Amino acid sequence: MKHIVIIGGGIAGIETASALTDAGHWVTVIEKEPQLGGKLNNWSYLFPDFTPAEKITGELQDKCRDKDFSVFTNTEVRTFLRKNEKFNIETSSDQKLEADAVVVATGYELFDARRKEEYGYKIYDHVVTSADLEELLKPGGDLTVAAGKHPKRIAFVHCVGSRDEKSGNHYCSKICCITGVKQAIELKKRLPEAEIFCFYMDLRMYGKHFEELYREAQEKYDIQFIRGRLSEASEKIDKSLLIKSEDTLSGRPLKMNVDLLVLLVGMEAGKGTSTAANACGIGCEESGFLKTTDTFLKSNFSEQKGIFLAGSCTAPMSLNDTILHARSAAMEVDSWLKKK
Amino acid sequence: MKREGKIQVWQDYQKEIADDHYFYVRSCIRQNFFPGSEQTFLKILRTELGKDIYENPHHTTCSGIGYHSDVVPFDTIQTIVARQFALMTEAGYKNLAVSCITSFGIYNEIIETWKEFPVELEKVRNFLKKATGREFEVPQNVAHASDVVYKFRNDIAARKKYSLINQHTGEPLKIVEHIGCHYSKMFPSKGVGGAEFPHVLVGMIESWGGEVIDYPERRHCCGFGFRQYLVMSNRGYSISNSRKKFESMEPYKPDAILCNCPGCPMFLDRWQYVIEEMEGKIYGQNGQGIPVLTYEELAGLVLGYDPWDLGLQMHQTNVEPLLEKIGIRYNPDLKYAGKDGEMIGKPIMVGCGC
Repeated sequence: MKHIVIIGGGIAGIETASALTDAGHWVTVIEKEPQLGGKLNNWSYLFPDFTPAEKITGELQDKCRDKDFSVFTNTEVRTFLRKNEKFNIETSSDQKLEADAVVVATGYELFDARRKEEYGYKIYDHVVTSADLEELLKPGGDLTVAAGKHPKRIAFVHCVGSRDEKSGNHYCSKICCITGVKQAIELKKRLPEAEIFCFYMDLRMYGKHFEELYREAQEKYDIQFIRGRLSEASEKIDKSLLIKSEDTLSGRPLKMNVDLLVLLVGMEAGKGTSTAANACGIGCEESGFLKTTDTFLKSNFSEQKGIFLAGSCTAPMSLNDTILHARSAAMEVDSWLKKK
Repeated sequence: MKREGKIQVWQDYQKEIADDHYFYVRSCIRQNFFPGSEQTFLKILRTELGKDIYENPHHTTCSGIGYHSDVVPFDTIQTIVARQFALMTEAGYKNLAVSCITSFGIYNEIIETWKEFPVELEKVRNFLKKATGREFEVPQNVAHASDVVYKFRNDIAARKKYSLINQHTGEPLKIVEHIGCHYSKMFPSKGVGGAEFPHVLVGMIESWGGEVIDYPERRHCCGFGFRQYLVMSNRGYSISNSRKKFESMEPYKPDAILCNCPGCPMFLDRWQYVIEEMEGKIYGQNGQGIPVLTYEELAGLVLGYDPWDLGLQMHQTNVEPLLEKIGIRYNPDLKYAGKDGEMIGKPIMVGCGC
């Protein structure tokens, strides 16, 4: 029986582990956090059909329970050594593992919105990120703003930390547009009286049912989309926010008062991925995400033989794409081990 | 407003400011607008702090206003700046202290250009050599004069005679700070605290006992955008900008406005008078305007310098309401007295809120 070590116990890690276990391999997952599931644990409902995130995390937990693979939580890779055809891994919990193949599935980090200082995240009281809002949208979440009132006017800012020279992130994070549409609809359902505006550069509705949801947001929920990027936000004396932008379709500057500002933060490779890349001796793209051997046919292969890549450590990905990428990683590992 | 968030930003944008031995370059316009400010800066550094600061009477304009108005080409301004650096090099100084925000932006822009395009530096060395026979070194440290005061704000606080506390209420004075656009909007890393939440004036105000007001149009231009003011037909834009700021800060009831740029205090001070004349609108409390100060003037006040020696009688918006709140003792009869004590005449156009 071959032993595969998977670094990262998010969606990609669990799905790869599950598929490799089904293929008859012995799998160990190393996860730095106390629980498996990664960023999905922080989400309330999923685009495009508002499936409760708990449903997916629950099914993944079932897989972890039903399938016989080992999981080390609160654990990180301390040393990583390639010896002949094997990988010797020592963990921060002092486990010594010998693997025939390794899968890196370290996922992504959310962009730290404080780096876009002009939006005042963590300075102004009512500026939140899409991740913060997701918490607030969970049952029992408190959506009140100043003086305990519900926001009457809400603005979403797309592409915060994505496609942005100042942030150093030139790539598109892919999921923020549809996240904004989904969250705007959820807010409108909860706060029917609220006016909601989305400030965007492009709307990239690439996935199944995404475009339909965007259309529904406009037609059914009266959410307004303004093509323009915010230049700045300022807090007023009543804690509401003055935002400035340009409506590039009408070609006019725009100033608006809102009660809540939501920053749709993008994805970054994060420290976990760069640490794994250094430990395993695999390369990163300029974006910080892990370099794959080939864009088309070998998107699960790193530059090092026997080290495979799964999920959003290679590029921003939706949940669907991550699951598919993880399954393909499992197939590639299985196929490679059989040929070995 | 969460202060911890601002503190994080301030920590991200700290710059090196030389400790001593400055070569000082004055502003073209400040000595007309606020004639006591630069002299007060030199006095504080030399007398209060015992620092070595030198200025050469042969230094000229940096020509920044001409450059930003498209009448001075880039090669020309680079060579003018190189000549200032040559005077500094000849005097044996390496730390530049700049009075003007426009000049500060110009010096930074040109030094950064030379770093990115060394061929420009060599070209300018040749121009200067041919034109004047001079040679120069690029400064090791470039600080705006407000950076220097910021650096020594606690030393000034230790010597202060007055605090920025309202004597009638015991509360800290509420002060609006306004940073010149060319201080850090061009190069955020060159300004203390960066571009979005600059700390340079905040640090002084808080160190001297006051409280800073953050208002929605804090970042907005004062109205001295060069094309707004230099072209007479555009001056409506200038006063509109200032008015937008006054309207925005008014609900916070500020006791004073503090600036670090030559143009900003000029426009925020004078336009208050004009708006009162045009619309009958006064933005300060009790029918009085909001006093506008330079950071040197404010430092001088807390150090106990006579307000009329600081040149505060040159302000269009009367500063007396602020002096009284701080509890500064001054002789109102000497407001328009000349250096020898003789009256030089009261202006026909009296200040805002009179």
